[in-house]
Amino acid sequence: MSTVVCYVETENGAVLDASLRALTFARGLAAEATEVSALIAGPPGADVTAQLQSFGVTSICVLSAGGLTGYAPLALAKALAAMASRSEAAAVVAAATDHGNEVLAHLGALTGLELAANCTKAHLVEGERRFRLVRQRWGGSLIEEAVLSAATGLFSVAADSVQPVPSPAAGSLAVSEIAPQLDALDLALQALESPEESPGISLASAKVVVSGGRGVGGPEGFAVIEELAALLGGAVGVSRVVTSLGWRPHREQVGQTGTRVAPDLYLACGISGAVQHLAGCQSSKHMVAVNTDPSAPIMSRADYAVIGSVAEVLPALVDAIRARRSSC
Amino acid sequence: MDVLVCVKRVPMVGGRIALQGDRRRLDTSLLGFTVSPHEECAVEEGVRLSEAAGGSVTVLTLGPPEAVEQLRTAISVGAHHALLLETDRDDFGPLATTRAITRAIEGLEAERQSPFDLLLFGNEAADTADYQVGVRVAHALGRPVATGIKHLEVGGGSARARRTYRGTEELFILALPAVVTVKEGINLPRYPSLPGRMRAKKTVVATLRPTYEAEGLEMRSLAVPTTERRSAEVLGHGVEAVPPLVELLVKLGVIE
Ligand SMILES: Cc1cc2nc3c(=O)[nH]c(=O)nc-3n(C[C@H](O)[C@H](O)[C@H](O)COP(=O)(O)OP(=O)(O)OC[C@H]3O[C@@H](n4cnc5c(N)ncnc54)[C@H](O)[C@@H]3O)c2cc1C
Ligand SMILES: Nc1ncnc2c1ncn2[C@@H]1O[C@H](COP(=O)(O)O)[C@@H](O)[C@H]1O
Repeated sequence: MSTVVCYVETENGAVLDASLRALTFARGLAAEATEVSALIAGPPGADVTAQLQSFGVTSICVLSAGGLTGYAPLALAKALAAMASRSEAAAVVAAATDHGNEVLAHLGALTGLELAANCTKAHLVEGERRFRLVRQRWGGSLIEEAVLSAATGLFSVAADSVQPVPSPAAGSLAVSEIAPQLDALDLALQALESPEESPGISLASAKVVVSGGRGVGGPEGFAVIEELAALLGGAVGVSRVVTSLGWRPHREQVGQTGTRVAPDLYLACGISGAVQHLAGCQSSKHMVAVNTDPSAPIMSRADYAVIGSVAEVLPALVDAIRARRSSC
Repeated sequence: MDVLVCVKRVPMVGGRIALQGDRRRLDTSLLGFTVSPHEECAVEEGVRLSEAAGGSVTVLTLGPPEAVEQLRTAISVGAHHALLLETDRDDFGPLATTRAITRAIEGLEAERQSPFDLLLFGNEAADTADYQVGVRVAHALGRPVATGIKHLEVGGGSARARRTYRGTEELFILALPAVVTVKEGINLPRYPSLPGRMRAKKTVVATLRPTYEAEGLEMRSLAVPTTERRSAEVLGHGVEAVPPLVELLVKLGVIE
């Protein structure tokens, strides 16, 4: 029997999908039966408890530390360290979200343990303190096979590549509190929270994304991209060249260092299809490219292509959609 | 306000990643080199802070002799000093990198007899994406750290660092000296100026040779994922493609 500790994120009274995937990854780490303990930041509601139980968690530790009101990465890392050492855990796992990676980096720094980030697979080699693992580099454009030798392995899980699967053998569940020893420095790092202004259709969750690259020609060229996005009920995306040139704000950038999108339709206009751009849109269900160059790299990733200039094709497309709507 | 920024030299991959025959390294024979966009923004942020409050910006990299190119680029956009931790090895992992960078910073700070007010890193390196060197260096030096920062104000002995996570704004207040890892979007980096380029050519880059220490995470092989290489179905050329494109949008349920 080996134990794996998992940092679980919750939002609006439910477990994040990414954390359910991390729990599935955690259960699969060893061939033998694995006991999974979850750390969560605040008291679990009934739904969270039920979800964790169905994903095979057998004990929940709730972070409780006086004075903490928000997300506190160092406090969470200290709690994970205590849970891991108490149970002689084989591994500590979290979803590779901004929070998950940050908490695990603190845990690695506190304990000196090694952290393998963005893993898609990992398996404990039987009878050894060694894991075989697969992880993403370059935002998923490159896959690395590696070996991690460690008393306790730390893994962040690239959630997109692991399916969330409930445990067939969900059992009993114990809930307890954990109060790590904190010092002033830890509390200084606590986050204050405030709601963000509403940004319209969010790029990350849009069903349609109309994206423009250098081939759009300049900031004025984005008027028709915006118009088309509005007609299709979608969001505007851009390539890095477009943000670097100051044509559009960075929050619209799709890619390795921008936003990751997974719409039903990704319309790439005047975008060459560099791997760092594709890293942000390769989960799109359908991709259509509009490009003057039939040999642009995007052509071997798109499902459909229009060979032609954005400046000609998009205004005609907008007109055609308008005409169709007014004739219905 | 003295700032130190860490940058990492990486190949400028374009349309396709090509691997060498040993499947352990990228084929970079036809590629230029750069640093992560996050790190470009870290350099820009450091330069802006030093312009607003006076002080200096030091850039540091651990890499091959050629990485001096990335240090000179940083100088051409406003950094003042540069340190190269020169190695021929390409297998420094996050722990060995942390140790080398930490020792170098301790050395620089002993020389200047004061800590840097701020150490800036990228949130993650472009190639290995280990998401940890900045946090580990902060712990090794006993300094507070915030990661993935998109907005930074420094003054009155502290840094106010913000980011948004799942629609919620998070604010970290760090007493200086502190460590901050930044993400692209925190600013729009400037392009090198002509005088900047001249200065970059003349600046003496200090060089040290770090010691390598083996670590537990060992890369065995690399692979390009097998996303089926398809050829897109061509709907047509120019405006003649619009009717089939409209039909496609109807078929996909995007329009009625
Ligand atoms: C570490 C790193 C991270 C990066 N992160 C990102 C990222 O997050 N997102 C991102 O996008 N990039 C990123 N990049 C940059 C990336 O490598 C490319 O430089 C960038 O994606 C190219 O943008 P583009 O396709 O708009 O421009 P280009 O590559 O210049 O392509 C322009 C395309 O437009 C076509 N074209 C020209 N005129 C027309 C016309 N009139 N009509 C139709 N088509 C036309 C051309 O044929 C060409 O294919 C990153 C790079 C690095 C090194
Ligand atoms: N070889 C290196 N030289 C200088 N800085 C580095 C190096 N490797 C990583 N860093 C810094 O640490 C950040 C995070 O890297 P990583 O933890 O490897 O994803 C990078 O964005 C850089 O700022």
